[in-house]
Amino acid sequence: MIEIANVTKVFGQGEAAFRALDGVSVTIDENEFFTLLGPSGCGKTTLLRTIAGFVDPTSGSVKLDGQSLLESPPYKRPVNTVFQSYALFPHMTVAQNIGFGLEMQGKPKSEVQETVAEMLELVRMTPMADRQTGQISGGQQQRVALARALAPRPKVLLLDEPLSALDFKLRKEMQLELKRLQSETGITFIFVTHDQEEALTMSDRIAVMSEGAIRQIGGPRDIYDHPAERFVADFIGDTNFLEVELLRTEGEEGRIRLASGAETTARALSGGVSAGTVTLAVRPEHADLADPAEALLPGTLAEVVYFGTDTHYHVDLEDGTRFVVRQQNTPAQVQRRAAGDRVGVTFAPGVGQVLRD
Amino acid sequence: MARGFDVRRQTGFNTIAICCFILLYAPIILIVVYSFNKGNSIAIWEGFSWRWYISAWDNEKVQAATIRSVVIAFWASMLSTFAAVLAALATTRTKPWRGQSFIFAMINQPLMVPEIVTAVSLLIVFASIKVATGYTGLGYLVIAHTAFCIPFAYMPIRARLQGMDLTLEQAASDLYATPWQTFRRVTLPQLTPGILAGAMLAFVISLDDVVITEFVKSAGQDTLPTYMLGQLRRVVTPEINAISTVLLAFSVLLVTGFFLLSRTRKQ
Repeated sequence: MIEIANVTKVFGQGEAAFRALDGVSVTIDENEFFTLLGPSGCGKTTLLRTIAGFVDPTSGSVKLDGQSLLESPPYKRPVNTVFQSYALFPHMTVAQNIGFGLEMQGKPKSEVQETVAEMLELVRMTPMADRQTGQISGGQQQRVALARALAPRPKVLLLDEPLSALDFKLRKEMQLELKRLQSETGITFIFVTHDQEEALTMSDRIAVMSEGAIRQIGGPRDIYDHPAERFVADFIGDTNFLEVELLRTEGEEGRIRLASGAETTARALSGGVSAGTVTLAVRPEHADLADPAEALLPGTLAEVVYFGTDTHYHVDLEDGTRFVVRQQNTPAQVQRRAAGDRVGVTFAPGVGQVLRD
Repeated sequence: MARGFDVRRQTGFNTIAICCFILLYAPIILIVVYSFNKGNSIAIWEGFSWRWYISAWDNEKVQAATIRSVVIAFWASMLSTFAAVLAALATTRTKPWRGQSFIFAMINQPLMVPEIVTAVSLLIVFASIKVATGYTGLGYLVIAHTAFCIPFAYMPIRARLQGMDLTLEQAASDLYATPWQTFRRVTLPQLTPGILAGAMLAFVISLDDVVITEFVKSAGQDTLPTYMLGQLRRVVTPEINAISTVLLAFSVLLVTGFFLLSRTRKQ
């Protein structure tokens, strides 16, 4: 278990000081696939490097199984990293790269060879064992980097955007591969990415970061369906933002009044939201088009964009807000709508999320 | 397609270029050609012979000077390369520190201070040490050569270090290698071409030095270049050409090796 408490990192001094991490606290469980997600410059890599030991935090604590890591140099931490650039040693073969960590740990030769063979098998690189690292493809280098970091059986594996250099198809393949390796080895993975889709498909839990702080922690569904604040809702997936009036809250349910005057319920996390004008987030696929008379929000269809698997309907609401509704295309679809039609937007009670901001 | 300014298309470019190359190489070609002269003159061709090469080979003074030159160049290149590796590591593999660029300039001192000034100051310093200790061996020459070879050894090593991916060292450290193991197993193997290139360059520079050697050497400590200079003051025979040609061939060989090594990039 990794416990990160109140970690702050300030680079530079005085006027030029930059807060890369600002009071980050998070606990990561054993055997968890944990993702740090955020735009570039949000501090996710700095946090990863703090755990690895390449960055000394200005304040705060990092503990692994109850013991502080901060006093140990990187080579004494039972934590291994898969670097974004892979950082394979160019003067060694694939097998030598994979065996490097074990050798440095002073493991006997026979054990090193055995583990290297096992790792080659695990990442399906056995036929490439004696190749130079310059002679293998990007995807293969990626797998060698992974095997090299896994070979010493670290308690935690840190992955710094390891898939960003791969092309789309290979990336999809490696996502599944990583998931498989994580469940086979039982090692805690801490994965850094700026790709929200990657985070949603692979993670047990996600921490969304921005400006050096964690904005929300939760499972992929949680984060996607119930973003806590505008940044999270905006960064992950597409979202419609509506200005609504929060009338009252009961537990996690909030009674809201929309601009059209219609009333419905939405999810409102306790704390940080009080009655008054608030922002409501509604995912495009959670909303539907309806008869203007029966809909929550009447408006005019401004644009219809066909995407193959689904269609996006851009609706201009009466108060001028643009609202996007996404509908899956089915062969049986009969009702055709065109730009200029009077339409209404509707969504089920409890689907919208009241944001804290 | 619009083309920018291309110096090769300007009138007179070819003429100037050819003049420069003639100036650069004609004298050297002449030296090489006359080293094979049968007669005693360095200006009148009398036919081909190996005579002067054999004569130089048999000349005991040439032999002694050559050995001395090689010994000094060997030690000077070894010592200066060792110092250059340390200097390069300190100027590239540490957090930026105050006065770093000042130190960088200081390391390259021999490139800026006129050689004659260094020579005179060394002469004075070594003279007083000689009086104090009584030591008159080759040590003075080795120390002097080491000093002016350092920047030449330093430059290729530093270039190599700067071009090296720092994450490789981090990766080693992440994989339980102590700082020393990281240096031994990751930094040094990749630095080797730079170190060899630096050592070769230092060797050539040392081998070639006249000014500082002339001032620092004691009686009977002629190196090949100072021996040749001494000879030129007396009778000039094509033996000088022969020695020059051999020295030239050797330098070209080393410098070619230097370029091949410094061109080596990872992958």
